Amino acid sequence: MEMLIPIIVTLVGAATPILIAALGELVAEKSGVLNLGVEGMMLVGAIAGFVAQFYTGNPYLALLCGAFAGAAVSLIFAFLTLSLSANQTATGLALTIFGTGLSALAGAPYSAKPIALMAPLFPDMLARDPFWRVLFGYSFPVYFSFFMVAAIWWFLKRTRTGLILRAVGENDHSAHSIGYSVVGVRYAAVVFGGAMAGIAGACFPLLLTPQWAESMTAGRGWIAVALVVFASWRPLRLLAGAYLFGLVMTMELYAKAGGGVLAIIPSELWAALPYLATIAVLVLISLRRDASTNAPACLGKPFMPAN
Amino acid sequence: MPHRLELIGITKRFPGVLANDNVSFSVKPGEIHALLGENGAGKSTLVKMIYGIMQPDAGEIVWDGQRTVIANPKAARALGIGMVFQHFSLFEALTVLENIALGMDAKIPARELEARIRAVMTQYGLLLDPHRTVATLSVGERQRIEIVRALLLDPKLLIMDEPTSVLTPQEVEQLFEVLRKLAAGGCSILYISHKLHEIKALCDTATILRGGKLVDTCDPKAETSRSMAEKMIGAGLKDIVRAPGRTMGAPKLVVSRLSTKKSGHFDVPVDGVSFTVKAGEIFGIAGVAGNGQNALLDALSGEILGEDKDAITIDGYPLGLLDTTGRRKHGLCAVPEERNGHAAVGDFSLSDNSILTARNRLHMVMLGLINSGAAKTYTGKVIADFAVKALGPGSTAGSLSGGNLQKFIMGREILQRPTVLVVSQPTWGVDAGAAAAIHQALVDLAAEGSAIVVISQDLDELLALCDTLAVINAGQLSEAQKVGEVSVEEIGLLMGGVHGTSEARDAIPA
Repeated sequence: MEMLIPIIVTLVGAATPILIAALGELVAEKSGVLNLGVEGMMLVGAIAGFVAQFYTGNPYLALLCGAFAGAAVSLIFAFLTLSLSANQTATGLALTIFGTGLSALAGAPYSAKPIALMAPLFPDMLARDPFWRVLFGYSFPVYFSFFMVAAIWWFLKRTRTGLILRAVGENDHSAHSIGYSVVGVRYAAVVFGGAMAGIAGACFPLLLTPQWAESMTAGRGWIAVALVVFASWRPLRLLAGAYLFGLVMTMELYAKAGGGVLAIIPSELWAALPYLATIAVLVLISLRRDASTNAPACLGKPFMPAN
Repeated sequence: MPHRLELIGITKRFPGVLANDNVSFSVKPGEIHALLGENGAGKSTLVKMIYGIMQPDAGEIVWDGQRTVIANPKAARALGIGMVFQHFSLFEALTVLENIALGMDAKIPARELEARIRAVMTQYGLLLDPHRTVATLSVGERQRIEIVRALLLDPKLLIMDEPTSVLTPQEVEQLFEVLRKLAAGGCSILYISHKLHEIKALCDTATILRGGKLVDTCDPKAETSRSMAEKMIGAGLKDIVRAPGRTMGAPKLVVSRLSTKKSGHFDVPVDGVSFTVKAGEIFGIAGVAGNGQNALLDALSGEILGEDKDAITIDGYPLGLLDTTGRRKHGLCAVPEERNGHAAVGDFSLSDNSILTARNRLHMVMLGLINSGAAKTYTGKVIADFAVKALGPGSTAGSLSGGNLQKFIMGREILQRPTVLVVSQPTWGVDAGAAAAIHQALVDLAAEGSAIVVISQDLDELLALCDTLAVINAGQLSEAQKVGEVSVEEIGLLMGGVHGTSEARDAIPA
């Protein structure tokens, strides 16, 4: 038991940013937009969050800055793909490269300068309790991620706006002919996805390693994109998937620390596992091509209204 | 009593075309009024102006005695005008209820909406489960969603744009029942169609358009189908000419126990299909869309590779394992349903499109090099023989209108003189004159000894064209029957799947 609690705490820390970013991408994809720039938006969110925390010391402001920065770069993507009908795959890849470069440039003056980690949300009595910290020992983003799973599920399934968003992703031309603004709905969804990716990025300096390092998100944005497919565009499965990937990443940390049986497999292989799993999942899903994968029918297709 | 709707001198001009030229007619309350005309006669444009999608350049619309400008579809719905489109704007992955909710202008709580939907369905006998996903529904059921959506607004005028083109005869009869009930309740119906016997059976008045002009307003029950068709076309109607005393030769195409695997979620595979087509025979395959026609065409053309070499034979030669190129070399040519993107590449010139399917049969490629002269000559011949309206072999396929592209594609295959020709929807979206030309070309090809398979949803076309007829339902083919020895009712029952699966039977309201 004593061994298990720190493992769970690490697992939650690893899974949270992936889950938040993937939830944002899920909403964007449900509206029919495939944004492969999650990694780039996360990095921009990470540096924005870091700088805000560095100067103000207010982690909530830092998260908000991360959200704004992520949303701002997603607007570039939205303008190119939605207003100018550029290819979504190519633009998304470009966004990742752009975000990586921009964050490295902006972060250059801050390397090796530490910041404070975000404090737990609950009072110390609960948060530092050797047992109860497994439930109450986390800071705000962790609870936020759980709340968002439920909120997004409810939004997509139960609200009229959610229905319109799904309709736009399912058949853009029909939605347009009924009188909904396809481009407007998609802008909103992409910007929401950008804000979530920004928050997810800000979690890295605020929750995990309290300093700035170039490309500190280390490909987690790609895992988030794969996770959306893995979860068949369902928020609850996304939760399960994020924790599954988080578990693999936690194993890697324990293997590095020389943790018993785990050390049999070299730590490099552990480190590669989430990415190998991502590839395996994508291959499996491509093989299973029936519609039970639940993909939005217009995913990745630019919308160009007739006449 | 004032007219429900009156059009006075409506004119609409598009660049280069006068789509509606001074059209005037009126619709009385409770009247079922047919709007009749060929493709391009201006029916759709006229209706779009009534529904507020377009604005007339001149003329006025009078609604219930008041002059009105209908600015957009929302304004039309507010007046009480409902419309059921030919192509449904439905969301396949959503439920019936969600689809209807999306189309409503007012925000109604889901539970209340469901109650209202159920009330309308019971009143008109339109049975449908509101929680079914649209993808699982038949075309007739999908149309019911659109009708229910229009009826929820309590319309005073319902516009139906070619509603029966995809329905079985039984479904058509049910639809007519619903429309008659509506009309009896005082709702006017504007019924667009080119199917004359339907108009005779259903409508009180018919307005005939030709080339944008109103030709005649008549009582369809007092006219014959032929007289209305001639008004519609503006000339005498050409009948298909068959050589007298035609005899069929030996079996050419023999298909035995042809099956395909299920490839997509909404895709219907064919299951143990067997039939024989003799030299000189035109074999028709009827059926409601989505019953395995696509899989059957792909399996015959070679797009879906078979596993049994004897499943398809021509003159006894097994083709079952060959791909499309191999089958074309042995005389089997095919025309798929989708013109642009499947039968032809829109961005390619007509000449390049000819090379794509005729290269081997007509030696357009030597040692891997394209003989573009031969391709141009051949394409020119297709354009001339089939009266394709195109600038020349260099125009792109995408620049042609749907009907012209269809004529080109049919011509490209027919002039290759295939031993066996398989075509799907040969005259879909083609006007009556061009359709007659395509039908005649098929009959002539058969007279030269080719075996022809025609897959179509248009029963009238099959009955006029074919010697033998079978019905495909849920991937299975019925017994082949001689045309002339089988009744329309019998075919309709087969199309509805009465002999087979239960799903289609549920679709028929008790």
